[in-house]
Amino acid sequence: MYDIKAMYEASSVADAVKLRQQHPEAVILAGGSDVLIKIREGKLAGREMISIYGLDELRGVHLEEDGTLVIGSLTSFSHITADPLIQEHIGVLGEAVDMVGGPQIRAIGTIGGNTCNGVTSADSASTLFAWDAQIELTGPDGVRILPIAQFYLGAGKTDIRPGEIQTSIRIPKKSYEGYKGFYIKYGMRRAMEIATTGCSVNVKLSDDKKTLEDLRIGFGVAAPVPIRAVKTEEKFRKAALSADLADQIGEAVLEDVTPRDSWRASKDLRLHLCQTLAKDAFCEAVKRSGGELA
Amino acid sequence: MKIGQSIPRVDSYDKATGRTKYTDDLCDQNALVAKILHANVAHAIVKSVDTSEAEDMPGVIGVFTCFDVPECTFPTAGHPWSTVESHQDVMDRHLLTKHVRYYGDDVAAVVAEDEVSAVRALEKIHVEYEVLPFVLDVQEAMKDGAPQLHERFKNNILAHTDIRRGNLAEAIKEPGLTRIEGWYDTPTVQHCHIENACCYAYMENGRVNVVASTQIPHITRRCIGQALGIDWGMVRLVKPYIGGGFGDKQDALYEPLCAWLSMQVGGRLVKLECTREETFQNCRVRHAIRYHLISWVRKDGTLVGRKLECYSNQGAYASHGHGVCAKGMNAVPQIYPCPNIECDSWTVFTNRQVAGAMRGYGMPQVTFALESHVDDICQALGLDPLEYRRKTTMPLGYVDAFSKNELYSDSFNQTLDVGSAYIEYEKKRKEYSHQTGRFRRGVGLSVFWYNTAVWPISLETSACRMVMNQDGSIQLQVGETEIGQGADTAFAQMAAETLGISIDKVHVVSCQDTDVTPYGTGAYASRQTYAAGMAVRGCAEAFKQHILEVAFPYTRMQPYLMDIVDDQIIRTTDGRVLMSLGDLAKQKLYDLENCEHLTMEKTAQLKTNAYSFGCGFAEVEVDLEMCQVKVLKLINVHDAGTLVNPALARAQVQGGMSMGLGYALSEKMLYDEKTGRLLNGNLLDYKLSTTMDHPHLEARFVQNAEPTSAYGTKALGEPPVLPVAPAVRNAILQATGVGLDELPMRPHLLYEKFKEAHLI
Repeated sequence: MYDIKAMYEASSVADAVKLRQQHPEAVILAGGSDVLIKIREGKLAGREMISIYGLDELRGVHLEEDGTLVIGSLTSFSHITADPLIQEHIGVLGEAVDMVGGPQIRAIGTIGGNTCNGVTSADSASTLFAWDAQIELTGPDGVRILPIAQFYLGAGKTDIRPGEIQTSIRIPKKSYEGYKGFYIKYGMRRAMEIATTGCSVNVKLSDDKKTLEDLRIGFGVAAPVPIRAVKTEEKFRKAALSADLADQIGEAVLEDVTPRDSWRASKDLRLHLCQTLAKDAFCEAVKRSGGELA
Repeated sequence: MKIGQSIPRVDSYDKATGRTKYTDDLCDQNALVAKILHANVAHAIVKSVDTSEAEDMPGVIGVFTCFDVPECTFPTAGHPWSTVESHQDVMDRHLLTKHVRYYGDDVAAVVAEDEVSAVRALEKIHVEYEVLPFVLDVQEAMKDGAPQLHERFKNNILAHTDIRRGNLAEAIKEPGLTRIEGWYDTPTVQHCHIENACCYAYMENGRVNVVASTQIPHITRRCIGQALGIDWGMVRLVKPYIGGGFGDKQDALYEPLCAWLSMQVGGRLVKLECTREETFQNCRVRHAIRYHLISWVRKDGTLVGRKLECYSNQGAYASHGHGVCAKGMNAVPQIYPCPNIECDSWTVFTNRQVAGAMRGYGMPQVTFALESHVDDICQALGLDPLEYRRKTTMPLGYVDAFSKNELYSDSFNQTLDVGSAYIEYEKKRKEYSHQTGRFRRGVGLSVFWYNTAVWPISLETSACRMVMNQDGSIQLQVGETEIGQGADTAFAQMAAETLGISIDKVHVVSCQDTDVTPYGTGAYASRQTYAAGMAVRGCAEAFKQHILEVAFPYTRMQPYLMDIVDDQIIRTTDGRVLMSLGDLAKQKLYDLENCEHLTMEKTAQLKTNAYSFGCGFAEVEVDLEMCQVKVLKLINVHDAGTLVNPALARAQVQGGMSMGLGYALSEKMLYDEKTGRLLNGNLLDYKLSTTMDHPHLEARFVQNAEPTSAYGTKALGEPPVLPVAPAVRNAILQATGVGLDELPMRPHLLYEKFKEAHLI
């Protein structure tokens, strides 16, 4: 039995925006796999809800004319994993969200909900960071698009303004064309798990596969919000592939990450994992790009 | 032969299709809902409770506090009652407590029209505490000056027992001995049965009726009577199908409180269902036990002396108490006989969750300590762990002086043969002996020991009733409960075997109702097929004899010339079918001159127990940098005597191995040192292993029929958990050279230990 004060079901995006304005304190409900748990825990008990789950217009993946890959915010994890466009262009996102919870959660949980929660451990987030994704929000003043790094304001806080809902996640063509990625989720078990640390790396190699044209490293649970290893990326962009490159990258990310001590894992362990995960994910991404670290 | 057939479970169709009704399914939807206010401090005296605001909340029927409950104390352990006072379970519980002894202890309760109203009212109860210092660690709790939980147990020591044999001080003076010492630590873990603890209660004709998810209906009825201070006959307890128990439900949980709350609201129907978080925080857990082992051995491995200390963390209340720790201690000198021993065990109260029974009852803990220690001995002396165990474990023909248990067959060697062949022990041991690099493999093993039932520690009894229908089929009733393990199916096979009827003619009454079910102590230990088997056989033998006597006037044959075979009364001299059992039952029931309702009831009292042994092997791959262990191969080999149903036996072993894997690698209840609060009491943060974490679980058997058992059976319910953690630990030891002396062997521990060993 859930303690819900009232439930408003949106009939369209415009209706959702109107409901958001009418009930500014209401909680937005998509798949519910996080919100219902918070109600049960008492954190969101007795609140009003605006359900946007029925808005099919926010479901699905398509390519815009300029090659931008658009993922509707209500698209479920299992849909993303199985989607041919995702598999063709950013397969690693499909792999990453296939590590969320278990099959039932992946069928109901949405990528919009996963990002709007603002948690650092979200399996989609580090990969979306690595792909330079953009967040589309629709509100009373129309549509607003911003880079995902700006969308995250702090732990559990995202830049959803009064009257707004997130409507899609966009990945421009220049972000994915020529890139291959790899995500490693480190958990204490292989399913039904929240990442202890997660690392998503994508690389673009030169035509001769000898040089690292570009490198993007996204981390979850390495800071209060998902982050990019900016210093490491700058340091190794244009580096020649070599046998010890992965080790160097692993060591370098320690300058970028700021994990904390908690009862779930010590800071030392997380630092060690950041290093190992970056190294391993980088190796796999290079392998997928046809490069060799010899 | 009905014994030894892998027939489908008698309850499989309904369970697979969702038709089976559990406690919550049976409860009327209009039931009032009870919710408990749990203390948010670890140790305190309740000064006052202000309920006025809560009472005014909409939907609230009543608010009850620790100042309202009966003064009588009661025990909760699922042991048979003892008429000998010194052997009775400790009575240290009130329905709600004025002395909070752990974070989450029960202070007040709300009865409301629905769950939301009840939860909202809980927030409006205001409790004033006098906060006391608390202690979580078992050895800290024993020190002078530590916070005291129960007045009459000085230094928080619930019990201390010891074993002294030979002369250890003299024996270890022998020149040339090697001394091996280790501390081994096991964690607090929870059973994680699928169905949370759940019960409901109502009054009918002045008696209180309780329907509960319990393993021990008759015992729980008695505990309710004791808790409420009413005659035991004024309580009726009904146990429907239950979604697992693993020992957690071998305790009176909230049944007494629920019964009392119903009585406070005029006997109205009240439901009390634990959330998963309450199941973690407020039901029972496995004892965390710390062991200190020192062994003195000769160069060839001969054990000259051994010292063992066991420190068992009981948590806040006595529950099953010292029996759990003592069982492990008593096993050690039996598994590896040694002429000079000094063993001590202490069970100690701390401000943590209450530890009770859990599958294995102290043996998974001590098996980890002992079998880790044995590999440490082998490593110190350069001996092969498999050969060492073959030479030093309990020999064939061993008789234990206390229990009179006898090892009738060479179970250790026979099961070790099967396990080592499956894992290719010798080949891999050699192959993995010199490794370098990030990924390292190893193989390891553990033996295990188990007692089937609880005789002679306490009463062992089971009673069985059989009632024949007009078609020659029977209803079978025992007090031993189906808790998911397949007991009903085994009982059906046993009854069919002895009576000479087909299995589909045996209708096992799965539900126990203390008003009608013959007395039995329930499902615990690994006693179902052994203890209830004796009652079923005793009843079936007597029933058959009675039926053949009843058949005389209809067949004109002497009873000793007849038998029942395949549902027919036959003449044994020539095999001729005389009449069907169905015809006999009909004739007799409707006989105008001399009718009779065909029934039989027998009580079995056990004066034996049975050893049940075996071993486990594991092959692992360790990723040093990721601090992760992957179990590549895992096998358990059991000598559980005759298998009644091999398919169910295999499933039982696989379930236990799964529990053992979680114990080995991931499960641990974590506590906040500052507040005493349980940090990870939910299924997300408590890392129960999932199907994705499991390798193939190989279960094999050696079947030496147990001579003292009605159907040749002995323990299989609990032992499967035992060898997994030590086998995995010893495999990691071979792979990395690092002996991990703490469970679970999760990445946190591996990271620390690998760093210490300069592996990363």
